[in-house]
This record gives sequence, C-alpha cells and structure tokens, in this order.
Amino acid sequence: MKERTIRLTVNGRPYERTVEVRKTLADFLREDLDLTGTHLGCEHGVCGACTVVVNGEAVRSCLLFAVQLEGANILTVEGLADGDNLHPIQEAFWEHHGLQCGFCTPGFLLTLYCFLKETPRPSEAEIREAISGNLCRCTGYHNIVIAARAAAEKLASAGPTP
Amino acid sequence: MIGASIRRTEDRRLLTGRGKYAADFRLPGMLHAAVLRSPHAHARLGTIYPEAARGLGGVVAVITARDLAGVGRIPVRLGPRPSLIACLQLPLATDKVRYVGEPVAVVIAESRYLAEDALELIRADYEPLAPVVDCRRAVEPGAPVLHEAISGNIVDRLSTHTGDAMRALAAAPVRVRERFAVQRHTGVPLETRGLVAAYDGGTRVLTIWGVAKVPHFNRRVLADLLGHPEHLIRFVELEVGGGFGVRGEFYPEDFVIPWAAMRLGRPIQWVEDRREHLMATNHSRQQFHEIEIGVSRDGAILALADRFLADLGAYIRTHGVIVPELTAALLPGPYRIPNYSCEVLCVLTNKTPTGTYRGPGRYECTFVRERLVDLVAKALGVDPVEVRRRNFIEPDEMPYEVGGASLGQRTVYDCGDYRSAFETALAAVDYKAVRAEQAAGRRDGRYLGVGVGCVVEKAGLGPWEYARVEVDGSGHVVLYSGAAAVGQGLETTLAQICAQELGVPPEAITVIHGDSALVPFGVGAFASRGASVAGPAALEASRKIKAKILRVAASLLEAHSEDLVLEDGAVSVRGVPDRAVTFRELARAAVPGPPGMDPGLVATHFFEAPKMTYPYGTHAAVVEVDAETGQVWLRKYVIAYDVGKAINPMIVDGQLVGALAQGIGGALLEELVYDEQGQLLTTTFMDYLLPTAMEMPEATVVKILEETPTPLNPLGVKGAGEGGSSGVGAAIANAVADALAPFEASVTALPLSPDRVLALIRAGRER
Amino acid sequence: MKPPPFEYFTPASVEDALALLGEHREQAKVLAGGQSLVPLLNFRLARPRYLVDLNGIPHLDYIREEDGWLAIGAMTRQRAVERSALVRDRCPLLAEAMPQIGHVQIRNRGTIGGSLAHADPAAELPAIVAALGGRLVVRGPDGERVMAPERFFVGYLTTALEPFELLVGVRLPVRRSRTGHAFVEVSRRHGDFALVGVAAALTLDAAGACADAALALTGVGPTPVVAAAATRVLVGQRPSAEAFQEVGRRVSETLEPDSDLHASSEYRKHLAGVLTRRALTRAAERARGGEG
Repeated sequence: MKERTIRLTVNGRPYERTVEVRKTLADFLREDLDLTGTHLGCEHGVCGACTVVVNGEAVRSCLLFAVQLEGANILTVEGLADGDNLHPIQEAFWEHHGLQCGFCTPGFLLTLYCFLKETPRPSEAEIREAISGNLCRCTGYHNIVIAARAAAEKLASAGPTP
Repeated sequence: MIGASIRRTEDRRLLTGRGKYAADFRLPGMLHAAVLRSPHAHARLGTIYPEAARGLGGVVAVITARDLAGVGRIPVRLGPRPSLIACLQLPLATDKVRYVGEPVAVVIAESRYLAEDALELIRADYEPLAPVVDCRRAVEPGAPVLHEAISGNIVDRLSTHTGDAMRALAAAPVRVRERFAVQRHTGVPLETRGLVAAYDGGTRVLTIWGVAKVPHFNRRVLADLLGHPEHLIRFVELEVGGGFGVRGEFYPEDFVIPWAAMRLGRPIQWVEDRREHLMATNHSRQQFHEIEIGVSRDGAILALADRFLADLGAYIRTHGVIVPELTAALLPGPYRIPNYSCEVLCVLTNKTPTGTYRGPGRYECTFVRERLVDLVAKALGVDPVEVRRRNFIEPDEMPYEVGGASLGQRTVYDCGDYRSAFETALAAVDYKAVRAEQAAGRRDGRYLGVGVGCVVEKAGLGPWEYARVEVDGSGHVVLYSGAAAVGQGLETTLAQICAQELGVPPEAITVIHGDSALVPFGVGAFASRGASVAGPAALEASRKIKAKILRVAASLLEAHSEDLVLEDGAVSVRGVPDRAVTFRELARAAVPGPPGMDPGLVATHFFEAPKMTYPYGTHAAVVEVDAETGQVWLRKYVIAYDVGKAINPMIVDGQLVGALAQGIGGALLEELVYDEQGQLLTTTFMDYLLPTAMEMPEATVVKILEETPTPLNPLGVKGAGEGGSSGVGAAIANAVADALAPFEASVTALPLSPDRVLALIRAGRER
Repeated sequence: MKPPPFEYFTPASVEDALALLGEHREQAKVLAGGQSLVPLLNFRLARPRYLVDLNGIPHLDYIREEDGWLAIGAMTRQRAVERSALVRDRCPLLAEAMPQIGHVQIRNRGTIGGSLAHADPAAELPAIVAALGGRLVVRGPDGERVMAPERFFVGYLTTALEPFELLVGVRLPVRRSRTGHAFVEVSRRHGDFALVGVAAALTLDAAGACADAALALTGVGPTPVVAAAATRVLVGQRPSAEAFQEVGRRVSETLEPDSDLHASSEYRKHLAGVLTRRALTRAAERARGGEG
C-alpha cells in the first residue's frame, strides 16, 4: 500500500485526495493543496516553521504523514484571517514589527493561536516558553513577544473567539 | 514620512501566507532536483556510476561533471585578485573533492522524493586522501595540499602597516600579548536556498526565479558561464527568507539547475534541505589571532600588531578574501592607534568554503580588539571603560584616516562621536549600579559581570545604485530599485523616501526590485547599503520626477511651477484648489508632454557612492555565570548605535535586535564543528544551535542615535544592518571574563559553551 | 530530506499490530507520536520497509490510578500528561519533567510509550521511570510481561523489546507521604536534550531523617543511570548540604560518560555531581514542605 485516499478538512474546506503514504503533511499541504504558506525550515522538527493546528493543537507538519490525518481538522496560516480582516495575532505582528523576512511567521502565528486560547493572559516568561519551539533568525524574538502580549490583550477585549 | 515608524508595506502578504518564496513557486511540468554531495573531505574522484539512478522510474536526468565539460569556474564578486583564480570552485567536482558536501552529481526527477531515492543509487569511486582540517596545521610544511596549482595551502597574504608598530611596541612601557580564536559559524537563514529555472526554446529566454541579493551581477555570471546572451536571461527575486550575507551569492547549484533546464527544456526546481544548507552554503568567521598591544602607563594606545590566520575552507568563493581584508581594515576600531600592523594568511582547508556573514570581519576583529582592551585595563589595574575613554578618536578629528584599506577604498571614517555613543550605552546599562550589584553578588557566591564592546562598522558600499520612479497611466507611483530585498523591509524604507518627496502615502507606492526585466540595472543588498545607497538613489529619482510632474502640471494648468502645490496624488494652483490635475491626468498628458521634456512621467537616477560610511556604537552586556555549571545567563543587553539617520526607526530597531540575536548565537551557541577526518558534525538544528526566545537577554535596550548624519549622502543615512551583531561576541566575552575575574579565567575563544566556561574556571584556579 | 518509501499499516487493535510485527519483524517500525522516528526517516537514517502506525488503536491513551500505581497508556500524548491533575498529584516528578521535554508542538504529538521505547539516554522519561522504579508493560504474541526499567533499557537507543512486541503502558508508583521529588537538567538551550539531567526522589521518616532516596541520571551513559549505591548512604541521615555534596561526589566518580560536540566527558561527570546535589536539595525541601 504505497498510496491511500484520505478525507480531511483544511481551513474549513473538505478535501479528498489520494496520496503516497510517505508524503509528509507539510508537503501534502504545500503540493497537493497548494497551501504554500506552511514553510519548511528544517524537516526534522526543530525550527517550527511548518507548525499547523491539527484538531486544535499546534504540531510540526514535517513530522506527520498526510495519511495520518484522515478525518482531521487542520488550520494553516491561510485560514487565520477572516477574508480581508486579519486575525488579531496577525494584526499585532504587523503593528509591532513581529516579522522581517516572514518565513518563520506562519509557524509563530499558529503556535500563538493555540497558546493564547489556553493561556489568555500570559506573562512574558510564558510567552517566551511558548514560542521556544519556533526559530526566527531575523527579529531576535523581541517584537514577537511584544506582539504576542498585544494580541492577548486584543483577544481578551474582543471576547471569546470561535 | 522620513523618520516615521510606519508599519511595513510588505507584511500583509507575509502574514497571510501569500508570500511566495522559491520553494513555493510552481510551473506546469516542473521537475525537481537533488544534489549528490561528497561524503569525503578530501579524495580523488574516480568514475561515477549514474546508470542505476537513471533507470529509476521518474528520473529524467543525472548530471555529472562530464556533462559540464568546458564550463568555467565561479568567479569572485568582491575583490577579485589573480592569486585566487586557481582555487575557484567548479559547479561540479571533477577529479577531486575537497570538502564534505561538495556537489558531485545532480539528479533531476519528477518529484523531490524520487530525486532523493535516485541519489541513493549513484555510486562513485573515491580514493580518500589525508584531509587538512585545522588551518594552523594547513600552513605547516608537509601538510596535505588541497590545490596542486598553488604550492601549499596559503592562497593569499595580506598586510597593513601604519607607522612603525614593531618599533613602537618595543618602546611601549606596557605590553599585552594574547591569542584569540573565533569559531566557524554562519548566517543560517530560516529559508534555505532554492531556485526555479525555466527555458523557452522558442524565444531562447532563460528565466530564474528565487534569486537574491545581487541578481544583476549573478545574471552576468550565469550569462558568461553558459555563453548565453545576458539580455536573454531574466532573474526574478521572490520573497527571500533572510540573507545575512550567505544567500544570493553565486553557488554551484545556481549554474547547474539553469543549465539542466536549458538542456531538458523543462522547468526545474531545486530547494536545498537543512542538512545540505549546513554543509553547502557559505560558512564564515573562523580566525586565529596572535596580537600584541603597547600602551603608555596612563593607557594611551601606542601600537597594535596583529597576525592572524583566516580559515577560508576548500575553495575561494565569490567573496574572495574580503572577510580577512575587512578584519584587518577595521581592527583599530574607534581608537586612535598611531602605529598599527596586521599580517594575514588566507588559508585553505578541507571544509565548506566561506564568505561573508553579517558584520563580516567586524564581529571577529571587534572581539579580538575589545578583549585586548580589557586585558590592558587589567594590566593597568583600571576599569575597562577608562581605557576606552582614554583612546577614542574625537569628533573634531573627522574625517579620520585609519591607515589601511578594504574593498579598494582607504579606511577613512566619515564622521562620528564615539565617546557620546559609549556614554549613552553605559548610562543605559547603569554601569555603576551593575558594578555595585556585582560586588554584593560576589559576597553571596553569585558571579555577575559587565562587559562592553565598541564597534565601528562599515556600510553603504557603492559603487552606485539605480532607481527609477514612474507614475503609471492610472496615476500610481512605482519605484524601481536596483537593490534587493532579503527581509529587511526595503520596500517600506524606499517607499517612505519616495513618499516624502511626492506627497503620497507610502502604502500607495509600489516598490519593484529584483526583476531584471523590470529593473535593468542594480547592485543589490549587502554591506548595509539599502537605506544608504539605494535610499539616496530613490530620493534623487523622486526629486527628478517631482520636477517633471510640476512641469507637466504647469503646462496643463497654465501656471508657473513655483505656484503649484503637490499633495495627495494631485497638483493644484496655490490658493485655487479647484484648478488641479491628478497624477492620472498628468501621466497621460506627459506623453509626449511639454516641448523639450523627455516624454513620460519617468525619471532615473544612478546614485554614486565612492566612499563607505562608518556607523558606530557601543554594546554593553550584563551576564551572570553559574560557576558550577558554566551556564551564562544574559541579564541585560544594551546597544547604542549611531545610524546617521533612521528612515524608519522601528525597522532600524528590528535590525539591531535581530542582529543581536545572531551575535548571541556566535557568542554562546553556534559552532560548525568538524572531526579530524573533516566530517561536519553539526548538520542538524539539534547540533547547530540557533538561539531561541529563551536565550535572549532578560532585558534589551536599543538606543538608536542620529547624532552624526553622514555628509556622504543627501539623507545622512549610514546604514543599520550589521552593527547589532558586530559587538556581541566582544561584549559577552568581556562580561563573562569580568564575572569570572575572581577565578582569573582567561576568555580568548568563542563560543562560551558551559563546558568551555567551566574549563576556563578550572584553568584559572590551577594558575 | 524526504522519507524513503515504505508500506504503511494502521492496525485497529493491539492484536492486529502484534500480528503485523510478528509477520515483518525487523523490517517493521512502530510509529507512535513520530517525533523521534520521523526525523530519522526524513534523514533516511531509518529505513523500515513497513510502518505500523498505532494511532488508530483505541484504549492505549489513558492516565489512571490502579492499585497504588499511576498507569499511563503508551499512546498517551506527553501534553496530556503535562496537563493532568492526577499526574501532578500522584507523580509530581513526572509533572515537573514534562515541560522540559522538547517543545509544546513536540509534546502535543509525542507519546509516553514512544519516548520510552525510543530509549534515548538523554531523554527525561526513561530516567524518571528508572528513578521511581516504575514498570513497563509489554505485550507480545504470548501475552503480557511487566518489566523493570533496568531490564527494559539495555543500551543506547535499545530496549529489551522483541521485534514482535509492543510497549503498551507504563506504571509508576504513586507518591508516598513525606516524599519530595526534583528533576533538574542542564541543556544548551531550553528544550534541547539535556547534557545531564537528574531525577531524584527522597522520602523522610517521621523524625526527618532520610528513609529512602532514589536517583537516576540522563546523558551520562548508554541507558538511564540509577545511582543506587551512592544514595544508599543517605538512609538514616538527616538531609544536609554536606551529605548531598557527598552523594554528588560519589555519583560523579562512578560515571564514565561519553564526550560529544556539546560537552566533554569530564564536564558531564562534573555536572552530574552538581545536579545530583541540587536535585537532592530541592527534593528534601519538598519532602519537608509536603509539596512533593
């Protein structure tokens, strides 16, 4: 069995695709669904650039095979904004210069998306710990931490999100 | 607009996952490449057997050096010298491999998965040779020789002399001598390298997507190597996931992939993986210094004499020997040093070739010089800050000729107030309070240390940059720049400059760069030259187009151009707002336009920058060392840095903090380690340790100074890309040495891993 | 860095999984959380012909108390253990170590069983099971066997699991009264494998003297190292800086760790002593304070 057919939901949209069993989730998203916002920075689970949300939890998409995602609900960076309205975390990154080259950014956004749901009022230390599995080579993290805190405030004042 | 911290115009597409990087680019029928790399550090390369790989389903081609017969070597971009030619790299290894990771063959297949399957089927005969891994060994008689065409492994010797350092040293009342080592580490952008090449056999146009940094230069290199006319090659930059010096230089893959696309007539994508990146993309920084300084009893520097080895790896790449050259040129730093000499041996070893990494030569020389200054303070029994205060070059000595040269220019500091930046940093770090806390901490067995590192950077390298501003037929302003984006916010910075002149919001200006079909000339993105060279080019082109806008408007509105007001994308007659024309109307009327005017709302400017700028500043670090485990904790970090003028202070701040993080990596974590056989041991992100958010200082303070705008360009901008990095190795090493002063620990090498710190404590105790 | 080809199976039960393993033996690899295995596949350092994915098997994901043991199913995600109030209460040592394993994205996917069966000597979980004297529950074609850690961890990345067996769960003794625990480690960066880690458990008697002490170390040998001889001297003594220092010295002196590019053997040896003292000190404070 070198191939399998899977059905899953990505960014609210159902897909059915036949994939080679060895294809990683990251490559599946990028190649089969053309969702290239999920980036590959190391392909061995260290850099966090490929982080996506699977059934509500942030995971490394380079360390999963697409065939394992049968029935899963996945959120990628492409699904974060509501049309032209950026998600508050995206807004905060923009406002506070939390990105430079932008390559690692999708992974940070999705990591924080999960983190802020679970920890709506984080301390700076908690934010640093939460993003410690995501590498950024441009910003020195300083503005990412500031953006995360600002996003937490925005989300708290906006009330619970779906 | 200039000086405003506006949010970046690039960001929306990057935040929504719509930025297209090289790996994201797709073409119909596109094939995928993978590179077979040498497993040996040094070996004769015999027959390669590609047949089994060619027979695998989905494999379209396997390319070896035999297929590329007659193709030339990749030339030096910065500072070509005849002595280097024999050691330049060919796109694929021919009769010998000289480092682990050297490209030996390239597989082209229907998918990357299949291409990697095919790599495993290629066999090659190697006859291993003794490698030489340590450059100190490589210069000894009898060491294995990498390139038979030069005798020995010393590819070049550089020297700088000002005054008579030897005589002044001999006469100096206080002399301090030490050896310092900076480890091999490098830029490691989060996006690996990659490109897509496609050839249209009908028009003969070859297009390369995913280029970076210096597209116009690289297009010329490719044209020369392929023997294909330059105008039939188009280079297109996509999003670029970080540059830091290493990305965008011309590498072997930048030839082989386009060559294969032409041969096969199908588009080909190659995306480097992380393991390849760590062994194939330029390394940097490794140097071994032996240095001596002579000072008067009151601490005035009388002479400085340095001799160092620069480990350049297995081949000369596009940066030639400029990293050691810059090290020698900027070693004197912000101090008045009447007698200076530096002798450099540029040495080849069986390791990955090298190039520049953010602050090339300066990270290294700043570490060496600033550690040495602290040792002078120790010898004199004074606080390290006092020695610096005694020796700063004063503002009224500017422009200051240091002696020596790099990149074909004599080292002449343009302007600066080094003392002011220094005192700003000391105030921000609260130096006296830290000293008091240190004294209190030592009584409780806590080891706090404070260290400074004074930096003179170099930026704004010319020789020129190109800009063109157009108002298109719908009235939109478009700025075409010959510079390139590597994630630093080029589009926003240039739009701000243009917006200031033309009275339109920056977000309404489209900035186009990196596409050779749209931007005919360009130099690129390196040496902190975006704001300081591309910026003035954009400014001058904007001024020219403003004059044309007013000229066309004057003709349409039948008014004198002095009576016209330009704002919000329209021109009106002062005091008569109803008498107005929009940019849209002006653009259409500008062809052919008023008699005597060059038709069209378009203006071009080449800004020439014959002299470099020298931004400067001071780093200060406060550390705590766990003397039992050797761990170093960064309590506070301060950078005070004079950039002349900040176009967008938020972006400048981001540059400095980002560079700081890289500097911290070099000071504490990052090292490319080889074993004795020349095998690279750090080929994963579990072994090559980039700093995470947890390794950054608990408190970071950045003071952007604009005290001394440079007279060398109309914006006063010096450049901001590198100075956040250059002083970090120095400041942290000085802080750790300061913390461990009770143990007499001698800090002379980076990185300061826990193991190494503990060894320093032990060695100090034993002394 | 793309994984080599393999065939992929998703058994619906332990029995089905065992049948597949029985059939394919050394040619098969078990896929649990995949956080160690998939990197090896991507580097092509592991190349199984068959991959047996346990993620579809029900009832291997649980945390519960059974007969004085904390029982955790092999497919329980590390993140679930980290969040578990039961774990915090019954096995605070495990709770303390969890956040130090990799990063949150890794723990969201990584499993307890996967980490134990991978048996990386630098990993936290094997040392904790070893320090506490836990039990590893193994299923094979002939039924279940329960193994002590010293028999389960046999070498570098090697366990006593036969190719046709599965680790299905782990049992850890629940915390006794007047017992304190501590897990301390030094790593190059937060989230990296520790250069050395020490798991300690210390039980005091009613008079405040040590009734029992246990220590296991990571990163200093091919398997987790249990320092039984060194801790034995503590029994009957009142906790003191001198006593813990002495245990640290003894632990350090028995070790012969390997050098690697992150730390020398000498450094690891030294660090083991320092961290032993620190872990015992913290464990004793907690035993006295009753916070576990």
